[in-house]
Amino acid sequence: MGILVDERTKVVVSGITGRQGRFHTQQMLEFGTRIVAGVSPGHGGEEVGGVPVYETVQAAVDKHGATSAVLFVPAPHVRDAALEAIAAGLSPVVVIAEHVPVHDAMDVVAFAAEHRAVVIGPNTYGLCTPAGRAKLGIPPGRIFSPGPVGVLARSGTLSYEIVAALTEAGLGQSTVVGLGGDRVVGTSFVETLKRFAKDEQTRVLVLVGEIGGSAEEEAAEFVKGLDKPVVAYLAGASAPTGKRMGHAGAIIERGRGTYASKRRALEDAGVHVADLPWEVAPLVREALGRLEETAREG
Amino acid sequence: MKLYEHMAKDVLRAAGVPVPRGRVCTTPDEAAAAARELGPVAVKAQVLVGGRGKAGGIRLAQTAAEAAQCAEAILTMQIRGQPVRSVLCEERLVIERELYLALAVDPSARRPVLIASAQGGMEIEEVPDRAITRLHLEVPWGLVPFQARQLAQRLELGPSLAAAFADITARLHRVFVERDAELVECNPLAVVPGGLVAADARLNVDDDALWRQRELPRTSEATPLEERVRALGLAFVQLDGDIAVMANGAGITMATVDVLQRYGGRPMNFLDAGGGAAAGPTADALEILLSTHPRAVLVNIFGGITRCDEVARAILTVRERRGLDVPLVVRLVGTNEEEGTALLQQAGIPAFTSMREAAERVVALAGER
Repeated sequence: MGILVDERTKVVVSGITGRQGRFHTQQMLEFGTRIVAGVSPGHGGEEVGGVPVYETVQAAVDKHGATSAVLFVPAPHVRDAALEAIAAGLSPVVVIAEHVPVHDAMDVVAFAAEHRAVVIGPNTYGLCTPAGRAKLGIPPGRIFSPGPVGVLARSGTLSYEIVAALTEAGLGQSTVVGLGGDRVVGTSFVETLKRFAKDEQTRVLVLVGEIGGSAEEEAAEFVKGLDKPVVAYLAGASAPTGKRMGHAGAIIERGRGTYASKRRALEDAGVHVADLPWEVAPLVREALGRLEETAREG
Repeated sequence: MKLYEHMAKDVLRAAGVPVPRGRVCTTPDEAAAAARELGPVAVKAQVLVGGRGKAGGIRLAQTAAEAAQCAEAILTMQIRGQPVRSVLCEERLVIERELYLALAVDPSARRPVLIASAQGGMEIEEVPDRAITRLHLEVPWGLVPFQARQLAQRLELGPSLAAAFADITARLHRVFVERDAELVECNPLAVVPGGLVAADARLNVDDDALWRQRELPRTSEATPLEERVRALGLAFVQLDGDIAVMANGAGITMATVDVLQRYGGRPMNFLDAGGGAAAGPTADALEILLSTHPRAVLVNIFGGITRCDEVARAILTVRERRGLDVPLVVRLVGTNEEEGTALLQQAGIPAFTSMREAAERVVALAGER
């Protein structure tokens, strides 16, 4: 249940001996994530919080049957570490680092496509399937609860805000996926929506988008043929043209990727677009209510 | 990072792409000297924004005296808010046709794309879609020569120009890859007697790859204030309102700015203090914000990696260092929320848990002053 990761997911943490790697390995273990091994060249044979550390991803896979990877390596090493994880047959491969060169990201994406691996990120907080106690990445574990809402987002803290509000309103999540704030990321809204469409646990979707690029417009096109209701929130309504709003991808260039264009596309596809972040949870509740009504009538 | 036209052309020239002979000038005298050397010249404003032609930033000069006059006029201009600090004086070209040729990163295809058109010389956005040819490149193969030949054929260039076009395309591709470019563009790629010349050039380099592009020159579009805050390692964009904003994470910061606007407030900036920001840089950034005389300040923290007590300490540090002479509204939830809220309360600074209430409050306070 949920998508991409669940209780069967066995995780290897690449870059486990760094400050971020150590801290978040601990956090993920506390959440219940099955972390079977860590990788850090030069640190093979050590342990981090009881997790054995290996020199290579392949060694971790051979020894522990890892299925998935989370990368805490710094941006300049992402290309190497991601290709290593993909070559070892892992999927999804979650790339947390920000500031990954876009040409490196394109290399990773192409290599993943060739090996049929899913890459989440770069510049993501990761993903979480609450019912499977599988959290791969850095979001605070306490904001999640299991339930029928699938969440997909480009930004991190904004999705924490929205997910926490869902949880507080008693609206649990099937899987929450952070796709990443960069221009080129491994997985798109559309690919993620396709997975959610097939997931039985997921009944309503929440899409958290932002200005820049055309991922939201492409998602809108797909939503037209989707039989699950979608609620959206878009950040950047007041952003000026030509200024990067923190994320590499959040920039309106030459009049493209504007809030207005994204909002129009989504609304034309029947998506309820919230004006304010805290309106998302009530809209999700309404959508679930309508589903239940239809079910009773049917 | 965008390069100025003359810098982009230096890179292209070094890669073997034909570019016009030119001189960068910062005074009318230098422009006159360039015209004496090159003959009739085009005097072109060097700015990082587009649309300089329409703004009068490109003028033609027959003589040295005219070149000086043109330079004088252009060097005192502002183009879309950017002051012109230098001009490029270039030999005049006899242009028969203008083509468009570029390589760019296509985020939705997640691959590089080669873009060409027989209708060059105007902004590519204004060219009808049917007149533009796009060819995606496969990673890691990159540009394969047949693709350049295919493009040349679609542009109906004829055999001799087609060879020159294929050669330039290959060289641009090398620049695109070796310089970590997001965009390399020749518009127009001019057909002149005897071949092709990149009459104008754009090169945008990936900011995230500058660490391995040490030999490239550096440019910046940031305001002095943006420079100061970015030097702390934080993402900062100046807006034109009067409520200073600090939040953690790009998405939530954008949303905070949007919410203020929606409530009738006028946000003054976008400041993403990042995930897990330490008290030091947070305090420094807040201090810089206060020094710009906002009518009120909103700090909006949803602490995941960011610890609320660290943020509270940063606020207290600023109060100690310079005092808080501006109404400050804090919204604090998440990791170590109780500790952070308690610290602020001891200092008489109320902390909200609802983003909505905090936003309403700060807009009200800004209106009262």
